[in-house]
Amino acid sequence: MTSSALPDRAEAQAAAATADEPLLKVSGVTRYYGDRIGCTDISFDLWPGEVLAIVGESGSGKTTLLNCLSTRLAPTAGAIEYRMRDGAMRNLYQLTEAERRLLMRTDWGFVHQNPAEGLRMTVSAGANVGERLMAVGNRHYGNIRDTATSWLERVEIAADRIDDQPRAFSGGMRQRLQIARNLVTHPRLVFMDEPTGGLDVSVQARLLDMLRRLVADLGLSVIIVTHDLAVARLLSHRIVVMRHGRIIETGLTDQVLDDPREPYSQLLVSSILQA
Amino acid sequence: MSADRQMNTGPDEGHYNFAYLDEQTKRMIRRAILKGIAVPGYQVPFASREMPMPYGWGTGGVQVTAAILGADDRLKVIDQGSDDTTNAVSIRNFFEKTAGVATTTRTEDATVIQTRHRIPEAPLSEEQVLVYQVPIPEPLRFLEPRETETRKMHALAEYGLMHVKLYEDIARNGHIATTYAYPVEVNDRYVMDPSPTPKFDNPKMHEMAALQLFGAGREKRIYALPPYTKVKSLDFDDHPFEVQHFDRPCGLCGAELVYLDEVILDDKGGRMFVCSDSDFCEDRRARGHVGDMAADPAAASLTGSASTSARTPE
Ligand SMILES: Nc1ncnc2c1ncn2[C@@H]1O[C@H](COP(=O)(O)OP(=O)(O)OP(=O)(O)O)[C@@H](O)[C@H]1O
Ligand SMILES: [Mg+2]
Repeated sequence: MTSSALPDRAEAQAAAATADEPLLKVSGVTRYYGDRIGCTDISFDLWPGEVLAIVGESGSGKTTLLNCLSTRLAPTAGAIEYRMRDGAMRNLYQLTEAERRLLMRTDWGFVHQNPAEGLRMTVSAGANVGERLMAVGNRHYGNIRDTATSWLERVEIAADRIDDQPRAFSGGMRQRLQIARNLVTHPRLVFMDEPTGGLDVSVQARLLDMLRRLVADLGLSVIIVTHDLAVARLLSHRIVVMRHGRIIETGLTDQVLDDPREPYSQLLVSSILQA
Repeated sequence: MSADRQMNTGPDEGHYNFAYLDEQTKRMIRRAILKGIAVPGYQVPFASREMPMPYGWGTGGVQVTAAILGADDRLKVIDQGSDDTTNAVSIRNFFEKTAGVATTTRTEDATVIQTRHRIPEAPLSEEQVLVYQVPIPEPLRFLEPRETETRKMHALAEYGLMHVKLYEDIARNGHIATTYAYPVEVNDRYVMDPSPTPKFDNPKMHEMAALQLFGAGREKRIYALPPYTKVKSLDFDDHPFEVQHFDRPCGLCGAELVYLDEVILDDKGGRMFVCSDSDFCEDRRARGHVGDMAADPAAASLTGSASTSARTPE
Protein backbone atom coordinates (compact mmCIF):
# COMPACT_ATOMS: atom_id res chain seq x y z
CA MET A 1 0.00 0.00 0.00
CA THR A 2 2.58 2.52 1.10
CA SER A 3 5.09 1.37 -1.46
CA SER A 4 2.66 1.83 -4.34
CA ALA A 5 1.46 5.19 -3.01
CA LEU A 6 4.89 6.67 -3.38
CA PRO A 7 5.28 6.66 -7.16
CA ASP A 8 1.67 7.83 -7.51
CA ARG A 9 2.32 10.87 -5.42
CA ALA A 10 5.57 11.53 -7.24
CA GLU A 11 3.75 11.34 -10.56
CA ALA A 12 0.98 13.65 -9.36
CA GLN A 13 3.58 16.10 -8.19
CA ALA A 14 5.38 15.93 -11.49
CA ALA A 15 2.14 16.57 -13.36
CA ALA A 16 1.19 19.49 -11.14
CA ALA A 17 4.65 20.90 -11.47
CA THR A 18 4.71 20.79 -15.29
CA ALA A 19 1.50 22.80 -15.66
CA ASP A 20 3.16 25.96 -14.42
CA GLU A 21 6.67 25.26 -15.65
CA PRO A 22 8.00 26.09 -19.10
CA LEU A 23 8.09 23.48 -21.83
CA LEU A 24 11.21 24.97 -23.37
CA LYS A 25 13.87 27.14 -21.72
CA VAL A 26 16.21 29.00 -24.04
CA SER A 27 19.26 30.66 -22.46
CA GLY A 28 21.87 32.70 -24.27
CA VAL A 29 21.64 30.82 -27.55
CA THR A 30 24.17 32.08 -30.07
CA ARG A 31 25.08 30.81 -33.50
CA TYR A 32 27.91 32.11 -35.64
CA TYR A 33 28.60 31.24 -39.26
CA GLY A 34 32.34 31.80 -39.20
CA ASP A 35 32.60 35.47 -38.22
CA ARG A 36 29.04 36.26 -39.21
CA ILE A 37 26.32 36.32 -36.58
CA GLY A 38 23.36 34.06 -37.28
CA CYS A 39 21.67 34.84 -33.98
CA THR A 40 23.06 35.91 -30.65
CA ASP A 41 22.20 35.84 -26.96
CA ILE A 42 18.65 34.60 -27.39
CA SER A 43 16.77 33.80 -24.17
CA PHE A 44 13.09 33.10 -23.57
CA ASP A 45 10.73 30.49 -22.13
CA LEU A 46 7.94 28.76 -24.00
CA TRP A 47 4.93 27.61 -22.00
CA PRO A 48 2.71 24.59 -22.60
CA GLY A 49 -0.01 25.44 -25.11
CA GLU A 50 1.68 28.69 -26.11
CA VAL A 51 2.11 29.86 -29.71
CA LEU A 52 5.19 32.04 -30.14
CA ALA A 53 5.85 33.91 -33.38
CA ILE A 54 9.37 34.93 -34.36
CA VAL A 55 9.20 37.94 -36.69
CA GLY A 56 11.79 40.17 -38.30
CA GLU A 57 13.16 41.21 -41.66
CA SER A 58 15.03 38.92 -44.00
CA GLY A 59 18.42 37.93 -42.60
CA SER A 60 17.48 38.80 -39.02
CA GLY A 61 18.23 35.25 -37.82
CA LYS A 62 14.77 33.69 -37.56
CA THR A 63 15.56 30.46 -39.36
CA THR A 64 18.94 30.15 -37.66
CA LEU A 65 17.25 30.37 -34.27
CA LEU A 66 14.48 27.94 -35.20
CA ASN A 67 17.02 25.40 -36.41
CA CYS A 68 19.02 25.75 -33.18
CA LEU A 69 15.90 25.24 -31.08
CA SER A 70 14.82 22.16 -33.04
CA THR A 71 18.32 20.58 -32.80
CA ARG A 72 18.83 20.81 -36.52
CA LEU A 73 21.76 23.22 -36.09
CA ALA A 74 24.10 23.16 -33.08
CA PRO A 75 24.42 26.56 -31.38
CA THR A 76 27.88 28.04 -30.88
CA ALA A 77 26.93 28.89 -27.28
CA GLY A 78 23.97 28.79 -24.94
CA ALA A 79 21.64 26.11 -23.62
CA ILE A 80 18.20 24.82 -24.60
CA GLU A 81 16.25 22.70 -22.14
CA TYR A 82 13.05 20.80 -22.88
CA ARG A 83 10.56 19.21 -20.54
CA MET A 84 10.30 15.56 -21.62
CA ARG A 85 7.03 13.64 -21.39
CA ASP A 86 8.10 12.23 -18.03
CA GLY A 87 8.36 15.77 -16.65
CA ALA A 88 12.17 15.84 -16.52
CA MET A 89 13.92 18.93 -17.90
CA ARG A 90 16.71 17.87 -20.29
CA ASN A 91 19.40 19.82 -22.10
CA LEU A 92 18.66 19.11 -25.76
CA TYR A 93 22.26 19.02 -26.83
CA GLN A 94 23.10 16.49 -24.14
CA LEU A 95 20.54 13.95 -25.36
CA THR A 96 21.92 10.91 -27.14
CA GLU A 97 21.38 10.92 -30.87
CA ALA A 98 18.81 8.12 -30.48
CA GLU A 99 16.85 10.12 -27.87
CA ARG A 100 17.03 13.26 -29.97
CA ARG A 101 15.78 11.54 -33.12
CA LEU A 102 12.99 9.84 -31.22
CA LEU A 103 11.93 13.20 -29.80
CA MET A 104 11.92 14.74 -33.27
CA ARG A 105 9.63 12.11 -34.72
CA THR A 106 7.26 11.66 -31.79
CA ASP A 107 7.00 14.61 -29.41
CA TRP A 108 7.90 17.27 -31.97
CA GLY A 109 6.86 18.32 -35.42
CA PHE A 110 8.65 20.46 -38.00
CA VAL A 111 6.71 22.11 -40.80
CA HIS A 112 8.92 23.37 -43.62
CA GLN A 113 8.07 26.25 -45.91
CA ASN A 114 8.65 23.98 -48.87
CA PRO A 115 6.49 20.87 -48.35
CA ALA A 116 8.79 18.80 -50.55
CA GLU A 117 11.39 19.07 -47.77
CA GLY A 118 9.03 17.64 -45.19
CA LEU A 119 7.29 15.00 -47.29
CA ARG A 120 8.34 11.85 -49.09
CA MET A 121 7.27 12.83 -52.56
CA THR A 122 7.49 9.32 -54.02
CA VAL A 123 5.23 7.48 -51.60
CA SER A 124 1.47 7.81 -51.14
CA ALA A 125 -0.24 10.32 -48.87
CA GLY A 126 -1.28 7.45 -46.59
CA ALA A 127 2.31 6.27 -46.20
CA ASN A 128 3.44 9.85 -45.56
CA VAL A 129 1.00 10.14 -42.68
CA GLY A 130 1.62 6.58 -41.49
CA GLU A 131 5.42 6.79 -41.46
CA ARG A 132 5.74 8.08 -37.90
CA LEU A 133 3.34 5.42 -36.66
CA MET A 134 5.44 2.72 -38.29
CA ALA A 135 8.59 4.36 -36.92
CA VAL A 136 7.34 3.92 -33.39
CA GLY A 137 6.45 0.29 -33.96
CA ASN A 138 2.86 0.18 -35.21
CA ARG A 139 2.63 -3.05 -37.21
CA HIS A 140 -1.06 -3.23 -38.09
CA TYR A 141 -1.72 -2.12 -41.66
CA GLY A 142 -5.45 -1.65 -41.12
CA ASN A 143 -4.97 0.55 -38.06
CA ILE A 144 -2.28 2.63 -39.73
CA ARG A 145 -4.53 3.19 -42.71
CA ASP A 146 -7.54 4.10 -40.56
CA THR A 147 -5.48 6.62 -38.62
CA ALA A 148 -4.08 8.08 -41.85
CA THR A 149 -7.60 8.38 -43.28
CA SER A 150 -8.90 10.26 -40.28
CA TRP A 151 -5.91 12.63 -40.33
CA LEU A 152 -6.38 13.35 -44.02
CA GLU A 153 -9.97 14.26 -43.27
CA ARG A 154 -8.85 16.48 -40.42
CA VAL A 155 -6.66 18.46 -42.79
CA GLU A 156 -9.43 18.54 -45.40
CA ILE A 157 -7.91 16.12 -47.88
CA ALA A 158 -10.52 13.76 -49.33
CA ALA A 159 -10.06 10.21 -48.08
CA ASP A 160 -10.02 8.88 -51.64
CA ARG A 161 -6.71 10.66 -52.24
CA ILE A 162 -4.97 8.42 -49.68
CA ASP A 163 -3.13 6.36 -52.31
CA ASP A 164 -2.04 9.35 -54.40
CA GLN A 165 1.48 10.68 -54.18
CA PRO A 166 1.94 14.28 -53.01
CA ARG A 167 3.40 15.02 -56.44
CA ALA A 168 -0.20 15.00 -57.63
CA PHE A 169 -1.27 17.50 -54.94
CA SER A 170 -1.56 21.29 -55.10
CA GLY A 171 0.76 23.43 -52.96
CA GLY A 172 -1.90 23.97 -50.32
CA MET A 173 -2.74 20.26 -50.15
CA ARG A 174 0.91 19.37 -49.82
CA GLN A 175 1.26 21.76 -46.92
CA ARG A 176 -1.81 20.28 -45.23
CA LEU A 177 -0.43 16.79 -45.79
CA GLN A 178 2.87 17.84 -44.22
CA ILE A 179 0.96 19.08 -41.20
CA ALA A 180 -1.03 15.83 -40.86
CA ARG A 181 2.18 13.82 -41.16
CA ASN A 182 3.65 15.77 -38.25
CA LEU A 183 0.61 15.70 -36.00
CA VAL A 184 -0.20 11.99 -36.24
CA THR A 185 1.92 11.14 -33.19
CA HIS A 186 0.30 13.94 -31.13
CA PRO A 187 3.45 15.98 -30.67
CA ARG A 188 3.51 18.57 -27.90
CA LEU A 189 5.74 21.06 -29.71
CA VAL A 190 5.68 21.99 -33.39
CA PHE A 191 8.22 24.20 -35.17
CA MET A 192 7.11 25.98 -38.33
CA ASP A 193 9.24 27.99 -40.75
CA GLU A 194 7.04 30.27 -42.90
CA PRO A 195 4.35 27.59 -43.30
CA THR A 196 2.19 29.84 -45.46
CA GLY A 197 5.01 31.31 -47.53
CA GLY A 198 4.78 30.72 -51.25
CA LEU A 199 1.02 30.07 -51.22
CA ASP A 200 -1.73 32.15 -52.84
CA VAL A 201 -3.52 34.50 -50.50
CA SER A 202 -6.79 32.56 -50.52
CA VAL A 203 -4.94 29.28 -49.98
CA GLN A 204 -3.01 30.92 -47.14
CA ALA A 205 -6.20 32.03 -45.44
CA ARG A 206 -7.64 28.53 -45.48
CA LEU A 207 -4.41 27.01 -44.16
CA LEU A 208 -4.16 29.55 -41.35
CA ASP A 209 -7.73 28.86 -40.37
CA MET A 210 -7.03 25.16 -40.22
CA LEU A 211 -3.79 25.62 -38.28
CA ARG A 212 -5.55 27.82 -35.74
CA ARG A 213 -8.21 25.20 -35.19
CA LEU A 214 -5.76 22.30 -34.89
CA VAL A 215 -3.50 24.18 -32.50
CA ALA A 216 -6.46 24.95 -30.25
CA ASP A 217 -7.98 21.46 -30.46
CA LEU A 218 -4.71 19.72 -29.71
CA GLY A 219 -3.38 22.24 -27.19
CA LEU A 220 -0.14 22.42 -29.18
CA SER A 221 2.83 24.55 -28.31
CA VAL A 222 4.15 26.18 -31.46
CA ILE A 223 7.18 28.24 -32.46
CA ILE A 224 6.43 29.79 -35.82
CA VAL A 225 8.81 31.85 -37.93
CA THR A 226 7.12 34.34 -40.22
CA HIS A 227 7.75 37.71 -41.72
CA ASP A 228 4.01 38.10 -42.26
CA LEU A 229 2.60 39.98 -39.29
CA ALA A 230 -0.95 38.99 -40.25
CA VAL A 231 0.05 35.35 -39.70
CA ALA A 232 1.54 36.25 -36.32
CA ARG A 233 -1.59 38.18 -35.39
CA LEU A 234 -3.90 35.31 -36.26
CA LEU A 235 -1.96 32.43 -34.71
CA SER A 236 0.32 33.59 -31.94
CA HIS A 237 -0.10 34.54 -28.31
CA ARG A 238 3.33 36.10 -28.03
CA ILE A 239 5.78 37.69 -30.44
CA VAL A 240 9.54 37.94 -30.51
CA VAL A 241 10.93 40.64 -32.81
CA MET A 242 14.43 39.96 -34.15
CA ARG A 243 16.92 42.27 -35.81
CA HIS A 244 20.57 41.62 -36.69
CA GLY A 245 20.41 38.28 -34.88
CA ARG A 246 19.09 39.67 -31.59
CA ILE A 247 15.71 39.86 -29.90
CA ILE A 248 14.87 43.54 -29.74
CA GLU A 249 11.34 43.29 -28.41
CA THR A 250 9.06 40.64 -27.00
CA GLY A 251 5.52 40.73 -25.64
CA LEU A 252 1.92 39.65 -26.09
CA THR A 253 0.98 39.66 -29.76
CA ASP A 254 -1.71 42.34 -29.59
CA GLN A 255 0.48 44.50 -27.44
CA VAL A 256 3.47 44.37 -29.77
CA LEU A 257 1.41 44.81 -32.92
CA ASP A 258 -0.84 47.57 -31.60
CA ASP A 259 1.63 49.40 -29.45
CA PRO A 260 5.24 48.55 -30.32
CA ARG A 261 7.85 50.09 -28.04
CA GLU A 262 10.96 49.84 -30.17
CA PRO A 263 11.32 52.21 -33.13
CA TYR A 264 12.29 49.26 -35.35
CA SER A 265 9.15 47.34 -34.32
CA GLN A 266 7.14 50.46 -35.04
CA LEU A 267 8.59 50.58 -38.52
CA LEU A 268 7.91 46.87 -38.99
CA VAL A 269 4.33 47.21 -37.85
CA SER A 270 3.69 50.28 -39.94
CA SER A 271 4.56 47.89 -42.73
CA ILE A 272 7.21 50.13 -44.20
CA LEU A 273 9.57 47.16 -44.04
CA GLN A 274 7.07 44.64 -45.27
CA ALA A 275 7.52 43.27 -48.70
CA MET B 1 37.32 -23.77 -46.02
CA SER B 2 40.75 -24.98 -44.96
CA ALA B 3 42.43 -21.61 -45.20
CA ASP B 4 45.64 -22.83 -43.56
CA ARG B 5 46.31 -25.30 -46.33
CA GLN B 6 46.38 -22.86 -49.17
CA MET B 7 49.34 -21.00 -47.72
CA ASN B 8 51.55 -23.80 -49.01
CA THR B 9 50.03 -23.71 -52.43
CA GLY B 10 51.69 -20.50 -53.60
CA PRO B 11 51.63 -19.20 -57.15
CA ASP B 12 51.86 -22.19 -59.45
CA GLU B 13 52.96 -22.53 -63.01
CA GLY B 14 49.48 -21.36 -64.05
CA HIS B 15 50.58 -17.76 -63.27
CA TYR B 16 47.73 -17.18 -60.85
CA ASN B 17 47.95 -16.76 -57.12
CA PHE B 18 45.76 -19.39 -55.47
CA ALA B 19 42.16 -18.34 -56.13
CA TYR B 20 43.32 -15.28 -58.10
CA LEU B 21 43.50 -12.72 -55.28
CA ASP B 22 46.80 -11.98 -53.55
CA GLU B 23 47.15 -13.11 -49.94
CA GLN B 24 47.01 -9.54 -48.61
CA THR B 25 43.64 -8.95 -50.25
CA LYS B 26 42.28 -12.28 -49.06
CA ARG B 27 43.30 -11.43 -45.50
CA MET B 28 41.51 -8.09 -45.79
CA ILE B 29 38.36 -9.81 -47.08
CA ARG B 30 38.55 -12.46 -44.35
CA ARG B 31 38.72 -9.72 -41.73
CA ALA B 32 35.55 -8.21 -43.18
CA ILE B 33 33.91 -11.63 -43.18
CA LEU B 34 34.85 -12.24 -39.53
CA LYS B 35 33.45 -8.86 -38.59
CA GLY B 36 30.27 -9.70 -40.48
CA ILE B 37 29.96 -12.98 -38.61
CA ALA B 38 30.49 -11.19 -35.30
CA VAL B 39 27.68 -8.72 -36.08
CA PRO B 40 25.08 -10.72 -38.02
CA GLY B 41 23.32 -8.73 -40.74
CA TYR B 42 25.62 -5.70 -40.43
CA GLN B 43 27.08 -4.49 -43.73
CA VAL B 44 30.86 -4.38 -43.42
CA PRO B 45 32.62 -2.10 -45.92
CA PHE B 46 35.56 -3.70 -47.70
CA ALA B 47 38.03 -2.65 -50.37
CA SER B 48 36.42 -4.46 -53.28
CA ARG B 49 38.92 -5.33 -56.02
CA GLU B 50 38.60 -5.28 -59.75
CA MET B 51 37.84 -8.79 -60.91
CA PRO B 52 38.31 -10.14 -64.43
CA MET B 53 34.56 -10.03 -65.02
CA PRO B 54 32.02 -7.20 -65.09
CA TYR B 55 30.00 -6.02 -62.09
CA GLY B 56 26.64 -7.74 -62.17
CA TRP B 57 28.43 -11.05 -62.72
CA GLY B 58 28.89 -11.61 -59.04
CA THR B 59 32.23 -9.96 -58.33
CA GLY B 60 31.31 -9.60 -54.64
CA GLY B 61 30.49 -13.27 -54.29
CA VAL B 62 33.59 -14.23 -56.25
CA GLN B 63 35.84 -12.26 -53.90
CA VAL B 64 34.24 -13.85 -50.83
CA THR B 65 34.60 -17.30 -52.35
CA ALA B 66 38.22 -16.59 -53.31
CA ALA B 67 38.98 -15.54 -49.74
CA ILE B 68 37.55 -18.67 -48.11
CA LEU B 69 38.47 -21.40 -50.61
CA GLY B 70 41.07 -23.94 -49.57
CA ALA B 71 42.74 -26.56 -51.73
CA ASP B 72 40.47 -29.30 -50.33
CA ASP B 73 37.23 -27.50 -51.04
CA ARG B 74 34.67 -28.61 -53.56
CA LEU B 75 32.85 -25.73 -55.20
CA LYS B 76 29.35 -25.56 -56.62
CA VAL B 77 28.08 -22.44 -58.44
CA ILE B 78 24.43 -21.81 -59.19
CA ASP B 79 22.54 -19.10 -60.97
CA GLN B 80 18.75 -19.13 -60.67
CA GLY B 81 19.07 -22.63 -59.23
CA SER B 82 20.93 -23.97 -62.24
CA ASP B 83 24.57 -25.02 -62.50
CA ASP B 84 24.61 -24.61 -66.26
CA THR B 85 23.92 -20.96 -67.03
CA THR B 86 26.69 -18.90 -68.59
CA ASN B 87 27.29 -17.05 -65.36
CA ALA B 88 27.54 -20.18 -63.22
CA VAL B 89 29.74 -21.98 -65.71
CA SER B 90 32.17 -19.09 -66.08
CA ILE B 91 32.57 -18.61 -62.31
CA ARG B 92 33.10 -22.36 -61.88
CA ASN B 93 35.70 -22.34 -64.66
CA PHE B 94 37.36 -19.32 -63.11
CA PHE B 95 37.99 -21.16 -59.84
CA GLU B 96 38.98 -24.39 -61.55
CA LYS B 97 41.64 -22.43 -63.36
CA THR B 98 42.81 -20.09 -60.59
CA ALA B 99 42.52 -22.38 -57.57
CA GLY B 100 42.49 -25.80 -59.12
CA VAL B 101 39.78 -26.85 -56.68
CA ALA B 102 37.35 -29.62 -57.42
CA THR B 103 33.92 -28.51 -58.57
CA THR B 104 30.61 -30.26 -58.45
CA THR B 105 26.98 -29.72 -59.33
CA ARG B 106 25.81 -31.89 -56.45
CA THR B 107 24.63 -29.84 -53.50
CA GLU B 108 25.48 -32.47 -50.91
CA ASP B 109 29.03 -32.91 -52.24
CA ALA B 110 29.91 -29.20 -52.19
CA THR B 111 31.74 -27.53 -49.32
CA VAL B 112 31.30 -24.03 -50.74
CA ILE B 113 28.26 -23.03 -52.81
CA GLN B 114 28.21 -19.67 -54.56
CA THR B 115 24.75 -18.58 -55.60
CA ARG B 116 22.86 -15.87 -57.32
CA HIS B 117 19.07 -15.98 -56.57
CA ARG B 118 18.46 -19.39 -55.05
CA ILE B 119 19.10 -21.40 -51.93
CA PRO B 120 19.28 -25.12 -52.75
CA GLU B 121 16.17 -27.10 -51.87
CA ALA B 122 18.16 -29.76 -50.00
CA PRO B 123 19.00 -28.68 -46.45
CA LEU B 124 22.60 -27.53 -46.02
CA SER B 125 24.89 -28.72 -43.26
CA GLU B 126 27.35 -27.23 -40.81
CA GLU B 127 30.15 -28.39 -43.12
CA GLN B 128 28.99 -26.07 -45.89
CA VAL B 129 29.23 -22.36 -46.67
CA LEU B 130 26.71 -20.56 -48.87
CA VAL B 131 28.07 -17.45 -50.64
CA TYR B 132 25.54 -15.02 -52.13
CA GLN B 133 26.24 -12.60 -54.97
CA VAL B 134 24.52 -9.35 -54.01
CA PRO B 135 23.83 -6.44 -56.37
CA ILE B 136 22.32 -3.90 -53.92
CA PRO B 137 23.00 -4.64 -50.25
CA GLU B 138 21.23 -1.63 -48.71
CA PRO B 139 17.56 -2.39 -47.97
CA LEU B 140 16.84 1.24 -47.04
CA ARG B 141 18.31 2.64 -50.24
CA PHE B 142 15.12 2.92 -52.26
CA LEU B 143 13.53 5.44 -49.85
CA GLU B 144 16.67 6.99 -48.40
CA PRO B 145 19.41 7.59 -50.97
CA ARG B 146 21.77 9.30 -48.49
CA GLU B 147 24.41 6.86 -47.30
CA THR B 148 25.16 8.94 -44.17
CA GLU B 149 21.51 8.69 -43.22
CA THR B 150 21.08 4.96 -43.88
CA ARG B 151 24.16 4.22 -41.76
CA LYS B 152 22.66 6.21 -38.93
CA MET B 153 19.36 4.40 -39.32
CA HIS B 154 21.11 1.04 -39.04
CA ALA B 155 23.14 2.22 -36.06
CA LEU B 156 20.00 3.32 -34.22
CA ALA B 157 17.83 0.45 -35.52
CA GLU B 158 15.40 2.97 -37.04
CA TYR B 159 13.64 0.72 -39.49
CA GLY B 160 10.22 2.35 -39.84
CA LEU B 161 10.98 3.03 -43.51
CA MET B 162 11.02 -0.69 -44.31
CA HIS B 163 7.39 -0.86 -43.28
CA VAL B 164 6.61 2.25 -45.32
CA LYS B 165 7.76 0.23 -48.31
CA LEU B 166 5.58 -2.73 -47.37
CA TYR B 167 2.66 -0.37 -46.66
CA GLU B 168 2.98 1.02 -50.19
CA ASP B 169 3.02 -2.49 -51.54
CA ILE B 170 -0.26 -3.38 -49.84
CA ALA B 171 -1.87 -0.04 -50.69
CA ARG B 172 -1.08 -0.62 -54.37
CA ASN B 173 -1.64 -4.34 -54.71
CA GLY B 174 -3.88 -5.37 -51.84
CA HIS B 175 -1.12 -7.61 -50.50
CA ILE B 176 2.65 -7.54 -50.04
CA ALA B 177 3.70 -7.98 -53.65
CA THR B 178 7.45 -7.98 -53.04
CA THR B 179 8.65 -11.39 -54.16
CA TYR B 180 12.41 -10.89 -54.50
CA ALA B 181 14.93 -9.26 -52.17
CA TYR B 182 12.33 -9.45 -49.41
CA PRO B 183 13.78 -7.70 -46.33
CA VAL B 184 14.56 -9.64 -43.17
CA GLU B 185 15.42 -8.77 -39.61
CA VAL B 186 18.50 -10.62 -38.40
CA ASN B 187 19.01 -11.74 -34.83
CA ASP B 188 16.40 -9.20 -33.61
CA ARG B 189 18.68 -6.35 -34.69
CA TYR B 190 19.82 -5.49 -38.22
CA VAL B 191 17.52 -5.34 -41.22
CA MET B 192 19.15 -6.98 -44.22
CA ASP B 193 18.49 -7.46 -47.90
CA PRO B 194 18.84 -11.15 -48.72
CA SER B 195 20.04 -10.41 -52.28
CA PRO B 196 17.78 -11.15 -55.23
CA THR B 197 16.64 -14.50 -53.87
CA PRO B 198 12.91 -15.14 -54.08
CA LYS B 199 11.10 -14.75 -50.79
CA PHE B 200 10.32 -18.45 -51.14
CA ASP B 201 13.84 -19.04 -49.84
CA ASN B 202 13.66 -16.63 -46.88
CA PRO B 203 12.51 -19.30 -44.40
CA LYS B 204 15.53 -21.42 -45.34
CA MET B 205 17.84 -18.69 -44.07
CA HIS B 206 16.32 -18.91 -40.62
CA GLU B 207 18.54 -20.95 -38.31
CA MET B 208 20.35 -22.51 -41.27
CA ALA B 209 23.12 -24.90 -40.22
CA ALA B 210 25.50 -23.59 -42.89
CA LEU B 211 27.38 -20.31 -42.68
CA GLN B 212 25.87 -17.73 -45.07
CA LEU B 213 28.09 -15.00 -46.53
CA PHE B 214 26.98 -12.11 -48.74
CA GLY B 215 29.29 -10.17 -51.05
CA ALA B 216 28.42 -7.00 -52.98
CA GLY B 217 31.29 -6.06 -55.31
CA ARG B 218 30.16 -2.79 -56.80
CA GLU B 219 28.80 -1.55 -53.47
CA LYS B 220 31.83 -2.87 -51.54
CA ARG B 221 29.92 -4.55 -48.72
CA ILE B 222 30.13 -7.94 -47.03
CA TYR B 223 27.63 -9.28 -44.52
CA ALA B 224 27.00 -12.63 -42.90
CA LEU B 225 24.63 -14.95 -41.09
CA PRO B 226 26.46 -17.32 -38.74
CA PRO B 227 24.96 -20.82 -38.47
CA TYR B 228 21.64 -21.02 -36.62
CA THR B 229 20.92 -17.27 -36.73
CA LYS B 230 17.35 -16.05 -36.29
CA VAL B 231 16.09 -14.53 -39.56
CA LYS B 232 12.61 -13.01 -39.66
CA SER B 233 10.88 -11.68 -42.76
CA LEU B 234 9.28 -8.27 -42.10
CA ASP B 235 5.50 -8.04 -42.27
CA PHE B 236 2.36 -6.56 -40.72
CA ASP B 237 0.24 -8.27 -38.08
CA ASP B 238 -2.74 -8.25 -40.45
CA HIS B 239 -0.63 -9.07 -43.54
CA PRO B 240 1.72 -11.81 -42.35
CA PHE B 241 4.69 -12.95 -44.43
CA GLU B 242 3.90 -15.77 -46.83
CA VAL B 243 5.99 -17.64 -49.36
CA GLN B 244 4.91 -18.20 -52.94
CA HIS B 245 2.74 -21.25 -53.43
CA PHE B 246 2.85 -23.34 -56.55
CA ASP B 247 -0.39 -25.12 -57.28
CA ARG B 248 1.31 -28.11 -58.87
CA PRO B 249 4.33 -30.35 -58.41
CA CYS B 250 7.42 -30.35 -60.66
CA GLY B 251 6.54 -31.75 -64.09
CA LEU B 252 9.77 -33.74 -64.26
CA CYS B 253 10.34 -35.15 -60.79
CA GLY B 254 6.98 -34.58 -59.09
CA ALA B 255 8.50 -32.65 -56.16
CA GLU B 256 6.05 -30.56 -54.15
CA LEU B 257 6.69 -27.45 -52.06
CA VAL B 258 9.70 -26.49 -54.11
CA TYR B 259 10.36 -23.38 -56.21
CA LEU B 260 9.31 -23.93 -59.83
CA ASP B 261 10.33 -22.23 -63.06
CA GLU B 262 7.98 -22.01 -66.01
CA VAL B 263 9.54 -23.46 -69.15
CA ILE B 264 8.17 -22.87 -72.64
CA LEU B 265 8.29 -26.15 -74.57
CA ASP B 266 7.28 -25.20 -78.08
CA ASP B 267 5.80 -22.38 -80.11
CA LYS B 268 2.25 -23.69 -79.70
CA GLY B 269 1.87 -22.56 -76.12
CA GLY B 270 3.18 -25.78 -74.61
CA ARG B 271 4.71 -25.16 -71.18
CA MET B 272 5.59 -26.92 -68.01
CA PHE B 273 6.71 -26.13 -64.49
CA VAL B 274 9.96 -27.66 -63.30
CA CYS B 275 12.23 -27.41 -60.27
CA SER B 276 14.38 -24.29 -60.39
CA ASP B 277 17.02 -26.27 -58.46
CA SER B 278 18.26 -28.48 -61.31
CA ASP B 279 20.50 -30.64 -59.14
CA PHE B 280 17.66 -31.37 -56.75
CA CYS B 281 15.46 -32.37 -59.68
CA GLU B 282 18.09 -34.63 -61.27
CA ASP B 283 18.77 -36.28 -57.96
CA ARG B 284 15.10 -37.06 -57.47
CA ARG B 285 14.75 -38.44 -60.99
CA ALA B 286 17.82 -40.61 -60.46
CA ARG B 287 16.10 -42.04 -57.42
CA GLY B 288 13.05 -42.91 -59.51
CA HIS B 289 10.66 -40.03 -58.92
CA VAL B 290 8.64 -39.19 -62.00
CA GLY B 291 6.58 -36.10 -62.74
CA ASP B 292 3.43 -36.10 -64.83
CA MET B 293 5.18 -34.59 -67.87
CA ALA B 294 8.44 -36.51 -67.67
CA ALA B 295 7.32 -38.75 -70.53
CA ASP B 296 6.40 -35.82 -72.78
CA PRO B 297 8.79 -35.80 -75.76
CA ALA B 298 8.99 -32.01 -75.56
CA ALA B 299 10.38 -32.31 -72.05
CA ALA B 300 13.20 -34.56 -73.19
CA SER B 301 15.47 -31.62 -73.90
CA LEU B 302 15.19 -30.61 -70.25
CA THR B 303 16.27 -33.94 -68.89
CA GLY B 304 19.47 -34.23 -70.90
CA SER B 305 22.60 -34.27 -68.78
CA ALA B 306 23.30 -30.56 -69.08
CA SER B 307 20.05 -28.66 -69.51
CA THR B 308 19.59 -26.22 -72.33
CA SER B 309 18.73 -23.27 -70.19
CA ALA B 310 19.22 -20.12 -72.18
CA ARG B 311 19.15 -17.71 -69.30
CA THR B 312 21.76 -15.02 -69.33
CA PRO B 313 22.99 -12.89 -66.48
CA GLU B 314 21.08 -9.67 -65.75
N1 LIG C 1 24.53 28.54 -43.93
C1 LIG C 1 24.89 29.82 -43.71
N2 LIG C 1 26.18 30.18 -43.88
C2 LIG C 1 26.57 31.47 -43.65
N3 LIG C 1 25.74 32.43 -43.23
C3 LIG C 1 24.45 32.12 -43.04
C4 LIG C 1 23.96 30.80 -43.28
N4 LIG C 1 22.63 30.76 -43.01
C5 LIG C 1 22.31 32.03 -42.63
N5 LIG C 1 23.39 32.82 -42.64
C6 LIG C 1 23.42 34.24 -42.25
O1 LIG C 1 22.89 34.36 -40.95
C7 LIG C 1 22.04 35.49 -40.87
C8 LIG C 1 20.63 35.03 -40.44
O2 LIG C 1 20.08 34.24 -41.49
P1 LIG C 1 18.68 33.49 -41.35
O3 LIG C 1 18.53 32.60 -42.50
O4 LIG C 1 18.59 32.91 -40.00
O5 LIG C 1 17.67 34.72 -41.47
P2 LIG C 1 16.09 34.72 -41.60
O6 LIG C 1 15.60 35.69 -40.61
O7 LIG C 1 15.54 33.37 -41.53
O8 LIG C 1 15.89 35.33 -43.06
P3 LIG C 1 14.72 35.05 -44.13
O9 LIG C 1 13.53 35.83 -43.67
O10 LIG C 1 15.29 35.63 -45.39
O11 LIG C 1 14.47 33.59 -44.20
C9 LIG C 1 22.09 36.15 -42.23
O12 LIG C 1 23.07 37.15 -42.17
C10 LIG C 1 22.52 35.07 -43.15
O13 LIG C 1 23.23 35.58 -44.25
MG1 LIG D 1 14.39 32.11 -42.92
